[in-house]
Amino acid sequence: MTMTAVRAENVYKVFGRRPGEAVRRLREGATRDEVAMHGTAAVIDASFEVASGETFVVMGLSGSGKSTLIRMLNGLGRPTSGRVLLGDHDLSTVRSKELREIRQRRVSMVFQHFALLPHRSVLDNTAYPLEIRGVDKAERRRRAGEALELVGLERWADHLPSQLSGGMRQRVGLARALAADTDVLLMDEAFSALDPLIRREMQDQLLELQQTLGKTIVFITHDLNEAMYLGDRIAVMRDGRIVQVGTSEEILSDPANDYVAQFVADVDRTRVLTAASVMQPARAVVPLSGGPRLALRTMREQQVSAAYVLDRSRALRGMVHDADVVIALRNGADTLVDLVRTDVAPVSPETPLGELFAPAAESALPIPVTDAAGRLVGVVPRVTLLEAMVPPEQTPAQGTPAVADTPTSSDEATAVPA
Amino acid sequence: MTTTSTTTTGLPRLPLGDWVADGVDWVTSTFRGLFDQIRAVLEWCYGSLDTLLGGPPFWLVALLLAAIALLVKGWRLAVGSLVGFALIAAVDQWSNAMNTLALVILASVVALVLAIPLGIWCARNDRVSQFVRPVLDLMQTMPAFVYLIPTVVIFRVGVVPGIVATVIFAMAPGVRFTELGIRQVDREVVEAGHAFGSGERRILRQIQLPLAMPTIMAGVNQVIMLSLSMVVISGMVGAAGLGRDVVTALQRVNMSLGFEAGVSVVILAVFLDRVTAALADRSPVARALRTTDA
Repeated sequence: MTMTAVRAENVYKVFGRRPGEAVRRLREGATRDEVAMHGTAAVIDASFEVASGETFVVMGLSGSGKSTLIRMLNGLGRPTSGRVLLGDHDLSTVRSKELREIRQRRVSMVFQHFALLPHRSVLDNTAYPLEIRGVDKAERRRRAGEALELVGLERWADHLPSQLSGGMRQRVGLARALAADTDVLLMDEAFSALDPLIRREMQDQLLELQQTLGKTIVFITHDLNEAMYLGDRIAVMRDGRIVQVGTSEEILSDPANDYVAQFVADVDRTRVLTAASVMQPARAVVPLSGGPRLALRTMREQQVSAAYVLDRSRALRGMVHDADVVIALRNGADTLVDLVRTDVAPVSPETPLGELFAPAAESALPIPVTDAAGRLVGVVPRVTLLEAMVPPEQTPAQGTPAVADTPTSSDEATAVPA
Repeated sequence: MTTTSTTTTGLPRLPLGDWVADGVDWVTSTFRGLFDQIRAVLEWCYGSLDTLLGGPPFWLVALLLAAIALLVKGWRLAVGSLVGFALIAAVDQWSNAMNTLALVILASVVALVLAIPLGIWCARNDRVSQFVRPVLDLMQTMPAFVYLIPTVVIFRVGVVPGIVATVIFAMAPGVRFTELGIRQVDREVVEAGHAFGSGERRILRQIQLPLAMPTIMAGVNQVIMLSLSMVVISGMVGAAGLGRDVVTALQRVNMSLGFEAGVSVVILAVFLDRVTAALADRSPVARALRTTDA
């Protein structure tokens, strides 16, 4: 059973002169603009749950209220109305002494512009949360050193932040949050200030760390690609309201409204969609024990010029080509074993589509998808790959099944508009 | 004192000055005990400091001051200071210069002890800031001579009214720079302090003050320079030092004495300015920000 690490219940945050009145009007259905005279409604009726160990991304453009929302998750801002629960603690009513205790032990934060102390070494910056907590010097330096090792900066411990590049500084920011050793990690536009290449590197590092650490992460970003790459689930915010919560594939394939649909129209699908989400059952398949005649018949029926060969456990052994099989038959062969070509490169179901283009371009057959045990679980034909790149609302006639296992001549592929 | 009931412009005469004078009189008589104590404490502090600086032989004090310059800045400033001090001694103004230095140091310390906490308070509280700002404007733009009148009334002639007038006049940049420095501290870094569960005092001590230190030190430099600029005026109410000689020179139209005392003030000013500027440069944050050999 998964535990709820963070929960927001009908949270409102209004800045301004008469926040209470603004919330009352908003509850009665007033819009953000209609209550503008009472105050600025930054967050309106936000409810969500983040499971322990989950990466929950809040995505929205600037002014959508996402920064205000994340700041209520560690009490930097208090909700005007509604409840924010961190584990069992209700942050909307907690006393300031207890709140400091919670911030020291339960929740830490990574900031957009790193927020490091310029006059302290990388090690002392990393040890800062432990220093606040009152951990003695030797112990906190040891633990900060371990956190720096996790992000690969142990050699830079004695340097000052100003001697580091932006990406390295943010790794210090991440190490500092990890040194605090809290269950919940809030990341506020943590990678937004970095160059695209460094940003990608940091995203990969975060995913890698997350596999071993299993923290509960609430990640704020304005970049949908980043949201979809990192998030187990995504909340899309607009004008203070959460308009949709779901997995990246749910949001891509079933956008809640036009706003989300427009938003996801620009997303880099090659990073979000995986082989598993577009693969189809393999048809041109012959058992290794089946013999050349069965192989030829299968290829004829499927109108293809090659077939994948599986053994008894459905593990992928390779492929056979029609010409090889015909020649072998003439020579009186009765087994496929000698004809199997092993130069196939299967991919795992989790492979993003972006990494399928190169194998698809080289292979005569749809790309085989195999599980951890090497069993063939499906194939991704090139045409499916191209079709998946087109956003849903632009898909032509609904219900036309994608043609599976089409003979993949290069003419066919180029017939699909890019 | 009485004033006429109409002005030359025909508007009724507003006795603003009388009100202020009455106020000062009331304050003087009501808090006489307190003022006498302040006067005694300041006189004692000044006396001790003056003995410390003026008591030992010239060469010892000059070498010590040069050593400070060497420590905070480098040998050029140290040598330059020595030459300057020798010049002061050579025109027979050394004792006066030490009087003045004692006055400047005491006035600056008092001004900073008041100004820095007030600046911190202003930075943390917008209302206080809104109230303090016009008061500072008043303190800084009011002709400095005007302070001398109530301070002489309250503290009587001598070094103390000079110190008090100097403190009032020199305080403003100390408050302003402290407030500015703390307000300029990156909001996100302060937020990080809160986010990791730090208390307000710790944030002030470990984040806001260190990060504001270069700016605060610039304020300290300004306070000291303004204090020095007040010494001549202090001389008018009987404070010993270079100021008194300048005033005397002015009264007797004594060109040579005026120039010698004036040059001594300049040498002290340059010394104090360079040393405090070097101190500002040596704060950990200022040094850290210079280190960018990634």
